[in-house]
Amino acid sequence: MRLFERIGIGLPLFAAAIASYVLFPDYLALIANIFILAIFALSYDLLQGHAGVVSLGHAAFLGIGAYTSAILAAHGITEPVLGLLAALCMSGIVALCLTRIVVVGNDLTRLLVTLGVGFLFYEAANKARWLTGGADGMPDFEVGPVLGQFHFDFVGRTAFFYTLIVLAIVYLFLRRVTTSPFGLALRGIRENVKRMDAIGAPVARHLATTYTMSGAIAGIAGALLAQTNRFASLDMLGFERSAEVMMMATLGGSGSLSGVVLGAATFGYLKDALSALSPKYWHLGLGIVLMLSVFVLRNGIAGGLATGFAALKRSLGGKQ
Amino acid sequence: MAGLISVVADGIAYGMLLFLFSIGLSVTLGLMRFINLAHGAFAMCGGYIAVILLNQMGVPFLLTLPLAFLVTGVIGSFAERAVIRHLYRMPELQQVLFSIGLAFAASALATIIFGPQQQPMLLPDWLTGRIDLFGLEITGYRLFLIGSGCVAAVGLIALFNYTLFGARIRASVDNRRTAEGIGINVGRLFSLTFGFGAALAGLGGALAVGFLGLDPTFPFKYLVIVLMVVAIGGPGSIAGSFIAAISLGVIDALFKYFVPEVGSFVIYALLVVMMVFFPKGIAGRTA
Repeated sequence: MRLFERIGIGLPLFAAAIASYVLFPDYLALIANIFILAIFALSYDLLQGHAGVVSLGHAAFLGIGAYTSAILAAHGITEPVLGLLAALCMSGIVALCLTRIVVVGNDLTRLLVTLGVGFLFYEAANKARWLTGGADGMPDFEVGPVLGQFHFDFVGRTAFFYTLIVLAIVYLFLRRVTTSPFGLALRGIRENVKRMDAIGAPVARHLATTYTMSGAIAGIAGALLAQTNRFASLDMLGFERSAEVMMMATLGGSGSLSGVVLGAATFGYLKDALSALSPKYWHLGLGIVLMLSVFVLRNGIAGGLATGFAALKRSLGGKQ
Repeated sequence: MAGLISVVADGIAYGMLLFLFSIGLSVTLGLMRFINLAHGAFAMCGGYIAVILLNQMGVPFLLTLPLAFLVTGVIGSFAERAVIRHLYRMPELQQVLFSIGLAFAASALATIIFGPQQQPMLLPDWLTGRIDLFGLEITGYRLFLIGSGCVAAVGLIALFNYTLFGARIRASVDNRRTAEGIGINVGRLFSLTFGFGAALAGLGGALAVGFLGLDPTFPFKYLVIVLMVVAIGGPGSIAGSFIAAISLGVIDALFKYFVPEVGSFVIYALLVVMMVFFPKGIAGRTA
């Protein structure tokens, strides 16, 4: 039971992930992609759900991670875990350099700065054809076996377990961070910055740490995306990805780790199903769900479930 | 030299359009603190209305402009009354999510109805010809854009500074509570202003078809630069927006024409630098 308290609802989620391996052996590639989306959404949730910083350019870090691992792989360093670590460091460093301009200013300027930074990286990758392949993307790179042992197979078995393990590590790490005193301080900043300033909390430093961590984790997601799909392209840096990550986090319930993972899973499935119909219907669906999510499910799936459970408990209690 | 002047004229014409796109957003942001990332969708709406009227129904060009203005305005007010007014009190994240969703949905709808291609615009002959202006050759349409932009700017500045309506808006921007206290119906003012801002964006969109083109990515293509105009001009300031729009238009045109390698890069870098050093814009009434 102590174990359950420490990992929380992550344990049933993990069991569900393993079960999906047995139940849907034909969809392993899609499920691995959902795990990657979940990592990306978790990174964004640390920033927005916990610290309350809304960013419109989070895909920049996903793209940086993807290109870092892709470029390394194209130059001969094909071991995936090394590429992952390199992407983590690279995105983390970029986030650290950018943190000064993100921390300043009120909410509106922050939105604009993150939006501008996102487009800046997009344009940079677009112009640097010699490095990134520009609009054509980077299709030609080898991805070696994980830790020299596990080759990526056609069915996606290696990709499944590789991404699942990374997701579990990220989840446990974030769970630890958000329940620590530092995590509490972040929640304080989200709720009331002025009071946090007044009680002497180092708000700027906390936000800088959070932004760096969040960027680094988004970089991991990007590296995984590039490695499992053997492709890095401009769309990984694009505005649509930034909008998607906001949607995943909100859909799941921002501020709740397990909720965000659920949100990413729902989103990944919806995207796959609607895109199969047509990309234009996917965009229409995306727009409508975004608009509705503001009015219904204000606290996301996690909030909805919590309310449901509370109501269930009350009605059961009333009967006894 | 003539090349330079022609590029600057291009930039000014572009700036005029940016001014029309952004003015509604600037006022709604200043007045209602509503972060509307879907404002470009209204401009796109105006553009499609103009295209349908002109190409399919054969309405004369000059008549399509007020019609695009009116119809978009009605759509805007309706959207404000039906949905958007419930968002003013929500936190900014909800506003951002809703307006991004609206922009995606509008863009997808435009793709489904009109297809992903560029829309042609059959301009009348008197606008497509070149006009000799003090030894400079300039396309008639650009001149027309610059002219209508100036008229709109003067009209708006007069409206905001010398009429009761303008005074009410300025009062509500400065202090909503006091404005309500002296009997200004701020809620009705909001929906009027929102509709008016959407109408101006629709007019801008109708004018833009012959110059910038029109396709379903329109709401996102000009999102950043329009937000920049608002942020640099200062939310709620007409003159600030006008200056910001013209200078951004000219800067963008100059860099795209003379240094195409860096192209749109400069504009985004400028946005980040401006926001870091002048977070309140050049003429911010409130920030």
